[in-house]
Amino acid sequence: MLPKKNRPMLANGDRVLKDAFKDVGKYIELPARRAFLQRSMTLGGLALLTGCSITDDESVEAALLTMSRFNDKVQGWLFDPKLLAPTYPESMMTRPFPFNAYYDEDEVREVDAAAFRLEVSGLVADKHAWTLDELHALPQVDQVTRHICVEGWSAIGKWGGVPFATFLRRVGADLGAKYVGFKCADDYYTSIDMATALHPQTQLTLSYDGQTLPPRYGFPMKLRMPTKLGYKNPKHIQAIFVTNNYPGGYWEDQGYNWFGGS
Amino acid sequence: MSKETAVIHPPWLRVTHWVNVVAVVILVMSGWRIYNASPIFPFVIPKEIALGGWLGGAIQWHFAAMWLLAANGLIYLAFNIFSGRLRRKFFSLSPRAIVADLLAALKGKLSHDDLSHYNAVQRAAYLFVIADTIVLVLSGLVLWKSVQFPVLRELLGGYEAARRIHFIAMSALVAFVGVHLVMVALVPRTLVAMIRGR
Repeated sequence: MLPKKNRPMLANGDRVLKDAFKDVGKYIELPARRAFLQRSMTLGGLALLTGCSITDDESVEAALLTMSRFNDKVQGWLFDPKLLAPTYPESMMTRPFPFNAYYDEDEVREVDAAAFRLEVSGLVADKHAWTLDELHALPQVDQVTRHICVEGWSAIGKWGGVPFATFLRRVGADLGAKYVGFKCADDYYTSIDMATALHPQTQLTLSYDGQTLPPRYGFPMKLRMPTKLGYKNPKHIQAIFVTNNYPGGYWEDQGYNWFGGS
Repeated sequence: MSKETAVIHPPWLRVTHWVNVVAVVILVMSGWRIYNASPIFPFVIPKEIALGGWLGGAIQWHFAAMWLLAANGLIYLAFNIFSGRLRRKFFSLSPRAIVADLLAALKGKLSHDDLSHYNAVQRAAYLFVIADTIVLVLSGLVLWKSVQFPVLRELLGGYEAARRIHFIAMSALVAFVGVHLVMVALVPRTLVAMIRGR
């Protein structure tokens, strides 16, 4: 499905070439997505059974996306802001705790602690950039909880840091806003609903297992939420913003469910 | 009504049966792709028979079709229970009758003259698959929302146990479908009955 393929090369040849490269680039970047479309074609047999004509890939994808948005709403409705995720004794911790990211472990970003400043923006009263020392001066708590990956596996870890609700109140965030977004040093980005942001177990994490959060787990800080799947827990956070405009996310923009609750 | 025109399967049963087929096929095939992302047993499912292409696509299919399965299943159960059909068709059922009918079936002596009458093996198999589907839905709820359903989670032995229960219940469902299809192939009139009702 290369839409530009048959276009005659007229006056603006460069532009046509550029478009063609862009199209090819799309396929190189998202081979899995292409397979997803091909696979949905094999559902022709099912379409016969239902009597609908599911022949258009785009309409299938649109329907699935509509269902995913519906599932966001259901999860928001199911989410109990007071219900706590189970906690475990330290003896049940998974050792070593698995590394997971959209890149391999040898590509983990190193962030310079001394130069680091956490940016805070959007619907907040106090937009000053935070040093790590300032964050360490806030009240800290530890929790041993289960991290559940969208792939299905789970692992128990011990994270320590500032309850995120404490941080949001400290910066005077508009707690009635819809979203809190995150931008990370590893070019990852994601966003969460305000109800989860204020959940008592949602934590701006600065340590793992009593040690400074190591780079592979997201130095200098990650957001740890035992009420959401792993991909909703950003690492190497550089900027936090409060907004009413849907910010999306790295995986969410490719088709993972946005709410990603557990 | 003569025997030829008597309705074997009422319309609501036929509709819910075929909607269930669609939901189960989507859920099982997309579930296989989800399983492959992090297998709990030492094998993966061939990607040729898995649905969704990549994990995100498979999850989209799975979490769309789950509503179809659940809503359709509730409609089926409500009709079945409140019409009295469940009691009429499936009970009484005794282990002795199941063994006797199983032996008769293996000897080729089980009658299929009256398709509106379920023999003891059929009764046991259909009741099993209803119960198995309920287990699939409940373990699926724990996988989807383990924090939000604490009682269910603890009943099933926690998140990791629920993964295994979900997979084993899927396997049992697929095994049922396999036997079911063989039986339909042996007595093709049953397929006609499930489409036309008689």
